[in-house]
Amino acid sequence: MATPALLVATRKGAFILRSDKARRSWKLSAPIMLGHIAHHLVQDPRNPKTILFSVRTGHLGPTLLISNDKGRRWKEASSPPAFPKVVEEGKKKHVLDHSFWLTPGHASEPEVWYAGSSPQGLFRSEDGGNSWAPVAGLNDHPEYSQWMGASENGTPDGPKLHSVIVDPRDAGHLYVAMSSGGVHESRDRGATWKPLVRGLSVVEGFPADQLYVHDPHCVRLCPSNPDRLYQQNHCGIYRLDRPGETWERIGMKMPKKIGDVGFPMVVHPRDDSVCWVFPMDGGTVWPRTAIDGKPAAYSTRNAGRSWQRLDRGLPTRDAWWTVKRQAMCGDARDPVGLYAGTTSGEIWASRDEGRNWRCIARHLPEIYALETAEL
Amino acid sequence: MRVTIPSPLLSYTGRREVQAEGQTLAAVLTDLDRQFPGIRFRMVDEQDHMRTHMRVFLDADELRGLESQLRPAATLHIVQALSGG
Repeated sequence: MATPALLVATRKGAFILRSDKARRSWKLSAPIMLGHIAHHLVQDPRNPKTILFSVRTGHLGPTLLISNDKGRRWKEASSPPAFPKVVEEGKKKHVLDHSFWLTPGHASEPEVWYAGSSPQGLFRSEDGGNSWAPVAGLNDHPEYSQWMGASENGTPDGPKLHSVIVDPRDAGHLYVAMSSGGVHESRDRGATWKPLVRGLSVVEGFPADQLYVHDPHCVRLCPSNPDRLYQQNHCGIYRLDRPGETWERIGMKMPKKIGDVGFPMVVHPRDDSVCWVFPMDGGTVWPRTAIDGKPAAYSTRNAGRSWQRLDRGLPTRDAWWTVKRQAMCGDARDPVGLYAGTTSGEIWASRDEGRNWRCIARHLPEIYALETAEL
Repeated sequence: MRVTIPSPLLSYTGRREVQAEGQTLAAVLTDLDRQFPGIRFRMVDEQDHMRTHMRVFLDADELRGLESQLRPAATLHIVQALSGG
């Protein structure tokens, strides 16, 4: 019988937190690949024994590990994601720093996986993650350099492609987001792409018609309504209802003293009017910490018309941590369990959709990503 | 030829010293990857550049570039500089 678990990626390795069915007690595993930089661990919903693990080491190149026994043993992909070797003079020679984001493919394609990388690139595996090929329609797009800009336009720890989303109704319908580079959509399995940034704000003074200034932090599709997307952007919280193409800034309804800047976005598994964010300080020099040292999640239950603060159990003062874009997630249970991993190595959990929080792990390395699993 | 392996790559070889064949550094690294799949990409990026902080010495002489010629009687030392925190 599978029980709830969390796959924890940290700056110094990975961990697995296993719980009981009631999600009351949590037990931390020994470190996995201690000392290596863990970027993302994701369970395969089509084959729950399989977990993919993106990893890099301080001075070694990036690679990808696969477990087919729920994380007990790991083997290395035979051909991990990498950009093609460039021989033509004058052409940009991309070098993959790490695979930042992993997404299982469509249910009808059980061996397919996608990886988003730093610097921005999209890769696809058709053999369960063992070998990977670049998605040329994106990586070799003639406007690639205009979309991504120069490397200095990226985030401080490297520009990245993230939020790889496969439409559950259509294996060929994909979304990706890039920091920087904006949100893009493909309807032909990645062969061609169309920007999807109308309505999104950019930092004041920059030209909004240039994609390289767009910085979506995290985009999620509602499982209960694949025509609805929510986004936490560098410049606000948004909702998009397809086939519409204009994002609506629902973060304007957040309290003014909190604002609508943050990294993660979590959507409800069964209710498309509910999502959660974890705001951070985007004032002055952008500290990117909990606002006033008082961390809180915020939730809307009406698609963004109003927001509620959810901080019961969280530190009430002197907590200057951040929840990164991959480090907040929700499970599929009822009520939904929410989990937030912090830059200070704590994991906070709520069994009641954010109304009450408690710390279930501490003293871990900086947490980069959290994913729920059933192990 | 004799090749010494730094600790971050021992998970591939399982031992400090291995044997590999080749007249150039590129050929030896290819042979290492044949014996220990995946090890080359951890040392060399997709544009065939040694990764930052990876150094290779032929006896006491540092090699620059994958096309460096090797002497079979010499020892190839793969060295991993460690920095960061």
